[in-house]
Amino acid sequence: MEAAALVRVRIPSALRSYTDGASEVTIALPVLAPEHPPTLNSVLAALESKHRGLRFRIIDEQGRVRPHIKLFVGLDLARDLATPVPPDRDVMIVAALSGG
Amino acid sequence: MPRTRTRSTVPPARRVTLLIATRKGLWSLASDPSRRSWTLGGPTFLGHIVHHAIADPRDGKTLLAAARTGHLGPTVFRSTDRGRTWTEAKQPPAFKPGSGRTVDHTFWLTPGVASHPGHWYAGTSPQGLFRSEDGGATWTGVDGFNEHPKRKTWCGGDQDGTPDGPKLHSVLVDPRDPKHLLIAMSSGGVFESTSGGADWRPLNKGVRADFLPDPYPEYGHDPHCVRFAGGNPDRIYQQNHCGLFRLDRPGDMWTDIGTGMPKSVGAIGLPLAVHPTDPQTLWVFPMDGTDVWPRVSPGGRPAAYRSLDGGQTWRRQDVGMPKKQAWWTVKRQAMTTDAREPAGVYFGTTSGEVWGSRDEGRTWRCLARHLPEIYSVEAG
Repeated sequence: MEAAALVRVRIPSALRSYTDGASEVTIALPVLAPEHPPTLNSVLAALESKHRGLRFRIIDEQGRVRPHIKLFVGLDLARDLATPVPPDRDVMIVAALSGG
Repeated sequence: MPRTRTRSTVPPARRVTLLIATRKGLWSLASDPSRRSWTLGGPTFLGHIVHHAIADPRDGKTLLAAARTGHLGPTVFRSTDRGRTWTEAKQPPAFKPGSGRTVDHTFWLTPGVASHPGHWYAGTSPQGLFRSEDGGATWTGVDGFNEHPKRKTWCGGDQDGTPDGPKLHSVLVDPRDPKHLLIAMSSGGVFESTSGGADWRPLNKGVRADFLPDPYPEYGHDPHCVRFAGGNPDRIYQQNHCGLFRLDRPGDMWTDIGTGMPKSVGAIGLPLAVHPTDPQTLWVFPMDGTDVWPRVSPGGRPAAYRSLDGGQTWRRQDVGMPKKQAWWTVKRQAMTTDAREPAGVYFGTTSGEVWGSRDEGRTWRCLARHLPEIYSVEAG
């Protein structure tokens, strides 16, 4: 039987209109082998399938993280969507602290 | 060209609703039948940057709004109940993967012609043209423009142009022929397609671009706002970085119609509004285009200017506006008219005020104040 990785994604207030107000969403992803954990890209794809439209607000049409968005895997800033998401690491979407 | 206004076509008195798109959300202003009393509604999308919001004249109930936030990418929202509820586009305007281009924001929305209900066009920054055939739910690029081999030559790079990004705006669809399209770009100029967007050609003869080495180039101009004349799509008016121009088809040489403006005021501004039925009548809102282009009312004395003869002569219209120390900026989508007789004229300022006239600009009144920076005003 295929194992599933549960990844907790922390949602900033600017995106909670997509998650019915939830500040956290848990995503279940298949794990084919322990040495191949899910990637940030697969987490975002699963998130998009549950919350349609969210991904495009943070990732542009060329697959790049938008300028005022930061993605963390655990405590580490992830600049590449191929970044692995190991077990027990949260993904956090951060809308940069800018405005006015 | 004679004035074509006739009493027999006067529409019945009805309420007017203005959609006020701002840097911080969307508001509405609804009139009573006399247009003396106005009620402010909103905000919707508070905190979202709404570049344009417009009602569909074909069904009287659909609204589209182009929005993004400071952090999140661009999208389009759609309402089919005059703004009571909204849904997000399933597929907002976006360039093709692999093109390397990214839509920063959707800047301009234009409904299609009456025979094509559900068709819309969108212009973006950086310059891209998109079409929806399902009322704004899904958008696809108009490849004939976005992939045109000369697009980059015409427009420059995606970082060129106006300080907050080069824009494709003033998407005009000929009401007699939906394959006949006009677009305007800053930077780039005016372009025309007679093939529904499959191919394009520059349409800039006679328009100055005095900021370039060749002041009359084939392309590279900076149109600010381009409109069909009311009731006559063979006449096109243009407010440009370098003045005011008019084009009468089938000709392709624009006529300078800014020479009749007072020298102390100049012919520079951002918006241009046309009378709903009289092709001779239009309004502009001049702003200081000298030195470093302050883009505020010249001398701090705001006024609209109206022409009743296709731009040959202009008359100042400022009754009701402040007489001094009012440094207003009105953006290119923030001046419009309604379809009433006499026509109502409206504009919104970057300082968050909406002004209106119910007598074709003779007298003005502030309809709302204390709003955020206004990006567009549309009447429906």
